[in-house]
Amino acid sequence: MAMAAVPNLTPAMPEIFLALSAMALLMLGVFQNWATPEGGIRASRMTNNLSVLCLGLALVLVFTVSGTTLVTFEGMFISDAFATYSKVLVLLAGVLTLVLAQNWLEMQGAHRFEFAILVLFATIGMMMMISANNLLSLYMGLELQSLSLYVLAAFHRDDTRSTEAGLKYFVLGALASGMLLYGMSMVYGFSGSTDFVTIASVLKGGSTIPVGLVVGLVFMIAGLSFKVSAVPFHMWTPDVYEGAPTPVTAFFAVAPKVAALALFLRVMIGPFGDMADQWQQVVVMISILSMLVGSFAAIAQTNIKRMMAYSSIGHVGYALIGLAVANEAGIMAVLIYLTIYVFMNMGAFACLMAMRRGGRAVEQISDLSGLGKTHPGMAAALTVMMFSMAGIPPLAGFFGKLYIFLAAIEAGLYTLSIIGVLASVVSAYYYIRIIKVMYFDEPGVEPLDTPLPTSVKAVLSLSTVAILVFFAFPTPVISAAKVAAASLF
Amino acid sequence: MSNLPILSLLIFLPLVGAAFILFIQGDDEVGKRNARNMALWTSVVTFVLSLVLWFKFDPSTAAFQFEERLDWIPAYNISYHLGVDGISVLFVLLTTLLTPVCILASWNSIKDRVKEYMIAFLILETMMVGMFAALDIVIFYIFFEAVLIPMFLIIGIWGGKRRVYASYKLFLYTLTGSVLMLLAILVMYVQAGTTDIPALMEFRFDPALQKWLWLAFFASFAVKVPMWPVHTWLPDAHVEAPTAGSVILAGVLLKFGGYGFIRFSLPMFPDASLYFTPLMYTLSIAAVIYTSLVALVQHDMKKLIAYSSIAHMGFVTAGTFTMTVHGVEGAVYQMLSHGVVSAALFLCVGVIYDRMHTREIAAYGGLVHKMPAYALVFMLFMMASVGLPGTGGFVGEFLVLLGAFESNTWVATFLLTGVILGAAYMLYLYRRVVFGALEKDELKKMLDMSRREWAVFAPLIVLTLWMGVYPASFLDMMHVSVDHLLSQVQVAKDASEAAIMAGN
Repeated sequence: MAMAAVPNLTPAMPEIFLALSAMALLMLGVFQNWATPEGGIRASRMTNNLSVLCLGLALVLVFTVSGTTLVTFEGMFISDAFATYSKVLVLLAGVLTLVLAQNWLEMQGAHRFEFAILVLFATIGMMMMISANNLLSLYMGLELQSLSLYVLAAFHRDDTRSTEAGLKYFVLGALASGMLLYGMSMVYGFSGSTDFVTIASVLKGGSTIPVGLVVGLVFMIAGLSFKVSAVPFHMWTPDVYEGAPTPVTAFFAVAPKVAALALFLRVMIGPFGDMADQWQQVVVMISILSMLVGSFAAIAQTNIKRMMAYSSIGHVGYALIGLAVANEAGIMAVLIYLTIYVFMNMGAFACLMAMRRGGRAVEQISDLSGLGKTHPGMAAALTVMMFSMAGIPPLAGFFGKLYIFLAAIEAGLYTLSIIGVLASVVSAYYYIRIIKVMYFDEPGVEPLDTPLPTSVKAVLSLSTVAILVFFAFPTPVISAAKVAAASLF
Repeated sequence: MSNLPILSLLIFLPLVGAAFILFIQGDDEVGKRNARNMALWTSVVTFVLSLVLWFKFDPSTAAFQFEERLDWIPAYNISYHLGVDGISVLFVLLTTLLTPVCILASWNSIKDRVKEYMIAFLILETMMVGMFAALDIVIFYIFFEAVLIPMFLIIGIWGGKRRVYASYKLFLYTLTGSVLMLLAILVMYVQAGTTDIPALMEFRFDPALQKWLWLAFFASFAVKVPMWPVHTWLPDAHVEAPTAGSVILAGVLLKFGGYGFIRFSLPMFPDASLYFTPLMYTLSIAAVIYTSLVALVQHDMKKLIAYSSIAHMGFVTAGTFTMTVHGVEGAVYQMLSHGVVSAALFLCVGVIYDRMHTREIAAYGGLVHKMPAYALVFMLFMMASVGLPGTGGFVGEFLVLLGAFESNTWVATFLLTGVILGAAYMLYLYRRVVFGALEKDELKKMLDMSRREWAVFAPLIVLTLWMGVYPASFLDMMHVSVDHLLSQVQVAKDASEAAIMAGN
């Protein structure tokens, strides 16, 4: 091994580029004149726009390095079709979040140039997680992501709920990181390596699996479940979603979920693929609990952000069905599900960000009453999102569930499937409640503000069209997901 | 002409109309009128186009006709496959006929959000036609379930006082049944490797598995029919829905279940269908007798007709599972005539509801003195519902009873009591609403039917009499297809018997 050799940097080009630009933007932001209110707005707008540009360029870079499986940094970092697919989703979520965020933050007086930069750093962390091929690079990516997210959750400093959310997220997140780290140390102790490939080969060779390894794996699953907010490690989710500023919640609901699920998939299928019999039942349990809690607990919510938190817990439950299947079809189904999930959630959160009355942000479900009369376009778009989340055809959400259940049925997981579809009926109850409030109820005393911000309109139209026409052109997504899933095996 | 993708046109034409309505400007009277006209014209053109099916359909073959096939999700071997046989072609026609009737019937009664209402109805037509024309089970499922979206909105937005409750109940009941069917569809795909309906009809599923699949489909169709005891959503939905919503619900949506049993349960799971026949008979008889008795004590006209619908659909399910030519043809015929008659009955209620804004039977009486023409029309459909010879209702019930006698005398006997009860509650309703002295002051001001209302009823009157006097024109269309269907069941029956013999 040549110590001085420079590693091949090509596979990590998007991450390197983003890291450099994030630091450059940070410097740029610091040296702006933001003593005056106009200066502050100008500085934050500039970093925001430049960050969107950087994420866009990173997206291009991701496509240029894709195609073949590349490993670098002594096997710590992998770039394959699976990584490409997941990174595209994460970057897309980042771009959409930033596009939506600026207007909201300005209205709320919380616009600071650090926002976009923190989103950039979190995104780099997520991309590292997705490309991690070693327990150490996994942890590094995860912590870079988590630390940025803790700050983002508390970004609205003057709001006690926001600071509370940040603190809560930090304390519980640290606990989860601890569990994960503990599990990783056990795995290292019993397998002798932190490298995914080596762990996999140890498991393949050995006829009996050491108990310590199983214990370590269970701890890792617990830690990862926390990061994807799966039951029973979901407690933080509703509070953090409710407290965090709405653009941050939108980001939380999408990007870290995609990244953590991608990581979850890679860890389970890659190094621990041969232990599938051991962890499958754990994942099945987590999946069932997430679907049930996600559907039943959401019914009682009056705050729409809390409802979306439970909704996201439920969605993770469905995605985990695909992991429980533990084959190519299952992974492919998860990727399709996540793709659709990104658009559904971004559309729904775009609506949430447009919920203002007299300039103040409101977030009760009842604030939407009569929206069908006062804001027909927004109500129609939100209706599409809700029906799609409930899984009603021909909207995209149905196809997400279709592939998941198809994989589960193929693998013979009948009980899981039946519980899954019944939970989806329960969840339909609270999704259609939103539609009921918008269309069946009369408008409140004072309607929500008009007109909608341009950014909201743009993101909302994009996601509505995506959800509406997915059924007509499913093939590109399916074939990309197929290639991505195949690269894990 | 022969290359014209007629079914796709029928499916997507209403959508195009809906898109045009979306772009109609203005919420004033002009905008509303434009929306109404656009919707009416779209649905009328769709109906005229669908007549091509009636004239060009070849009743001498059981094969699917007007077939269209396009690759859709090649990775899963799912294709956009359409086609109709002698059974489904009649339902497609029923749908395209009832939609313009519904739009015309809501001309004046819907004053609020007219654009959205018309869009919802046209989308509903798309889904309904698509469902009957689908020859791929995934496409079928998509249309089958997508119907919920417009129906939920129609009841919830334009419904009566308890509309929220009714729309939720409709949505959640049907969704629960459908998701189980979805799982069964996936199991079938995994087993047979295809989602093509004709191919699945040829495929022999393992008899033990068939029972589970049958039950999953049953969960969906029984709710849709609806069969006792999962019928409770229907009276609520009917009562709260606007008139046209009730019409389309009774006229077409209830047929989804009956059609499903005939299209899927019988040919695909013949062993299970045989096994579960006693269950179907029991539930059908319970539906016929119990809901007829319930109908007798109703105070609300729409609720009464809703319960009568459940009773009539009991005949359909019983007829289907006699698995005789008479029984199945009777079931299909009963569905068609019920589609026309119950639709017309709801329209009859709508006529007086528009004038009085109440559905309470007690609020009426003696209408014959002020509204002779209305009394005549109402009587015709009331008699058709009872099953008077010369109306469409008679032929269906007669054929079902004939099939039932061939298969099981007791079943026929019990079903017959339903006919008597049916006469009882309908005549009782008619007497209370139309006959008697005209005592209530508000009723004295009522006007007889307008020209628009005549236009709504005219096609239904003609069709009811036509179906009653010359049923051959409809029976001939379906005869070969029903024969083919039953031969498929027979082949499966023989095969499973042979397998049992070989096993011994």
